[in-house]
Amino acid sequence: MKCVKCRQPAVVEVRRHNAGFCREHFVEHVLRQVERTIDELHMLRRDDRILVAVSGGKDSLALWDILHRLGYRADGLHIHLGIGEYSSESTVKTRAFAESRGLTLHEVSVAEELGFGIEELSRRTRRIPCSACGTTKRHIFNRFAREHGYTVVATGHNLDDEAATLLGNILHWQTEYLGRQSAVMEATESGLVRKVKPLVRLAEREVAAYAVLQGIDYQVDECPMAVGATSHLYKEVLNRLEEVAPGTKHQFLWGFYERGRRHFPHEGRTLNACKVCGEPTTGEICAYCRLAERARAAAAGTR
Amino acid sequence: MRIPRRQEWEFKGPRTVKSILEELRINPETVIVIRGDTLLTSDAVVEDTDEIEVRPALSGG
Repeated sequence: MKCVKCRQPAVVEVRRHNAGFCREHFVEHVLRQVERTIDELHMLRRDDRILVAVSGGKDSLALWDILHRLGYRADGLHIHLGIGEYSSESTVKTRAFAESRGLTLHEVSVAEELGFGIEELSRRTRRIPCSACGTTKRHIFNRFAREHGYTVVATGHNLDDEAATLLGNILHWQTEYLGRQSAVMEATESGLVRKVKPLVRLAEREVAAYAVLQGIDYQVDECPMAVGATSHLYKEVLNRLEEVAPGTKHQFLWGFYERGRRHFPHEGRTLNACKVCGEPTTGEICAYCRLAERARAAAAGTR
Repeated sequence: MRIPRRQEWEFKGPRTVKSILEELRINPETVIVIRGDTLLTSDAVVEDTDEIEVRPALSGG
């Protein structure tokens, strides 16, 4: 297979574009796809102070690398989740990446915030780990960005992540979530920081290929707590369709953004300040503080 | 499909990446194939002495 740009041997094939790329032109292709997404969806401005949510996995490290290359001012925030060796390895890789590129990395530890990590939080509250972890991360990223003057939080969600979420929301007819599912979440007066997902035009496989070709040493292992997550099954199903009909995932997600979402309710929710932590919430106490409270109560009960 | 972690297989080369993935029943959309510091497309030929890594794209993040 040859590169569509220069006819040199290709190293990556992107079937939905019916194209092969050499290393140089694949990197260029990825940068252009992200730039296009940022421009079309008005995601970022040159004067934005961007906080990248970095886990140490391929998506977040690739995103940070790409934003840096495109000339944006982007610092990283890494959260120590406290999921055994998986977490400590992720931290080591994140630090090494930041250091190698001279980027500013902030770190926050869940154990320092709560007194225990995600594993214990999930066990004590009997919440599905990914759900407890998501609530915790969203809270910390928003609060940190607000407290430190960042104007936008960027996450590494890719095309497969968002298409899988969309499939899940449709299978369960989560109409409220469907009304809100977007690659750009605007800031609110109540204190939600703007959130963007610049990788939504890139398939998971393309992000992985980019990371390897750029020599990014990322955490290759899957999170041990996410094994068997339904999101993985949705991805698998979508990739089976993609195998037979390349372009399916893109049409599914982007068709929804462009023609589907408007049919679902999108009411501006009234948000209040959480009575415990002050972060925005629809109720009186935010989901994170309720979760933390439940975990502490469970701990007290077992003593 | 879920690929068991760090499983090793041996094949007699030369063979294309495509035929190896087919035999392992792996959907090419879900993996990247690494040789040294570069990647292989599905039509690339793997020699008898080559070592390649079939890495799930899902991993990491």
